[in-house]
Amino acid sequence: MQDTLTNEEICKPENMVYHRTALLTEAPLSYCPGCGHGTAHRLIMEVIEEMKMQANTIGVAPVGCSVLAYDFMDIDMQQAAHGRAPAVATGIKRLYPDKFVFTYQGDGDLAAIGTCETIHACNRGENITIFFVNNGIYGMTGGQMAPTTLPGMKTATSPFGRDVETMGHPLKITELIANLPGTYFVTRQSVHTPANVRKAKKAIEKAIQYQKLNKGLNFVEIVSNCNSGWKMTPLESNKWMEENMFPFYPLGDIKVPK
Amino acid sequence: MKEVRLMKGNEAIAEGVIRAGCDGYFGYPITPQSEVMEYLFANKTKERTGMIVLQAESEIASIHMVYGGAASGKRVMTSSSSPGISLMQEGISFMAGTELPCLLMNCVRGGPGLGTIQPSQSDYFQAVKGGGHGDYKMIVLAPASVQEMYDFAKLGFELAFKHRIQVMVLSDGAIGQMMEKVELDEQVPRWTDEEIVKLHPWAATGKTPDRKRNIITSLDLNPVKQEIINRNLQKKFKHIEETEVRFEKIMCDDAEYLFVAYGSSSRICQKAVALGRAKGIKVGLLRPITLFPYPTKELAKLAKQVKGMLSVEMSAGQMVEDVRLSVNGAVPVEHYGRLGGIIPAPDEVLNVLEEKFIKEKLLCKTH
Repeated sequence: MQDTLTNEEICKPENMVYHRTALLTEAPLSYCPGCGHGTAHRLIMEVIEEMKMQANTIGVAPVGCSVLAYDFMDIDMQQAAHGRAPAVATGIKRLYPDKFVFTYQGDGDLAAIGTCETIHACNRGENITIFFVNNGIYGMTGGQMAPTTLPGMKTATSPFGRDVETMGHPLKITELIANLPGTYFVTRQSVHTPANVRKAKKAIEKAIQYQKLNKGLNFVEIVSNCNSGWKMTPLESNKWMEENMFPFYPLGDIKVPK
Repeated sequence: MKEVRLMKGNEAIAEGVIRAGCDGYFGYPITPQSEVMEYLFANKTKERTGMIVLQAESEIASIHMVYGGAASGKRVMTSSSSPGISLMQEGISFMAGTELPCLLMNCVRGGPGLGTIQPSQSDYFQAVKGGGHGDYKMIVLAPASVQEMYDFAKLGFELAFKHRIQVMVLSDGAIGQMMEKVELDEQVPRWTDEEIVKLHPWAATGKTPDRKRNIITSLDLNPVKQEIINRNLQKKFKHIEETEVRFEKIMCDDAEYLFVAYGSSSRICQKAVALGRAKGIKVGLLRPITLFPYPTKELAKLAKQVKGMLSVEMSAGQMVEDVRLSVNGAVPVEHYGRLGGIIPAPDEVLNVLEEKFIKEKLLCKTH
């Protein structure tokens, strides 16, 4: 047996080990190289494809870097105003209780301008799923301080580092909503290594499956990097994330069904 | 024979939306319109027709719940009063940008700020000229009776889906709170999910293999495309201006003077017309029923016939601008308004009409 396959052999269907899910469109991702959004999109779409739920899924896109999520996800989607995705999803889900309804939001959207909608959708136990990508910064508007920006972290609006005395503390919104009786499954994941990608996919599967139980809101936080906003290379940003973000936002399940 | 009930205006619109086949109401309490949501809950809409009623955490959340429900092709609505409607403007603008149908009711109270809970008509500009950001219009219906509060629920949903537009019922604290008899119609059945897919192919109901995905978004970063989107919106508003104008004329055939008034003020002016006629003054009333589209052409016609028009509003003078634009200087147009929640009396507005147009003229003649 040969040690290596020829290009022709590699292209044979029986040798295929991985392919892009049909639920990701062919539009080139608009995210910066090295950003975690693309992987998060892929995982959600893979799970929806594997569960054969395309016809039953309605997604809600936020305002922020992932405002154009609907360009990449081949499902019916609605673009919400900044922070209002949980309210929009509530309106859809209440009228279509048998559909799978999810929001995809960043930290500024979910934990600053949309805090009220987030907390109340969680507290009412809306049977929706929230995917929350936390990179500690406003990416799309050019790297301003986010509610999840770490103390001392430099951003465009905290150029000398976040001073908690005057700028307040980073908000652990995920721990906060895990305390509410309306949430069912709350977890924090990352997608920066293959092992973490596999774990995150399992969590996403659960968060989608659990919606069918009608037991309340399912919430997956993905701590991610923003190499552009953090002004680092992708590799540096992943290292910085491990050393600084994870101690403050520890990975793992925060609330699991009994 | 039709079923007749004695109802408050706010209750009548609530009963109206149930019978119009409404699928969802999302609201937040605010005086003087809280009876709408109270009535819906008390009437167990879930059991009666399957209609969902949800009390949201804010007016902001409720309008975005409406936005979500409207995107999925259902008949959805919210109601509020002035400060709450101000909070909803961003959501309404999003629905204008995505051309989603919905019904909104503003039971107007006096402002600015927290103002008062008494009736007012000071949100005319906000309702008729756009309200939120961007170039857009809503269809605005102005009920002058409890019966019309009921009727405009069904009419509002019909117009909203016919034109894929937001329809606002612009009522006020007086119309919302007063009681009159209401003739009720038969129940319109709610659409089934299968009917929605057929009737509204644009709705985001889940992508099936037979069609492309449905995206509900107001975003397009390409200025050339964004201009086309905006031009198409303007075409729609123009078409609505040409086809959906509604008004009522009272004693206008031989009128020499004209009241122009909508909603509560038109009820006062109707009485003032009777008082004026009893005194031998040939006065009539034009009552716009749609505030957008405005009965511009009808007013232009009347401008050739009458000697003066008096716009009577419970505001510092908002609709009067549209009256003046309609007559384009052909006839003197004056305004009379009471503010802060005060409703003028019929003899009060008749006196103003006489002073502005008749007595002044007599004085001119004598000098």
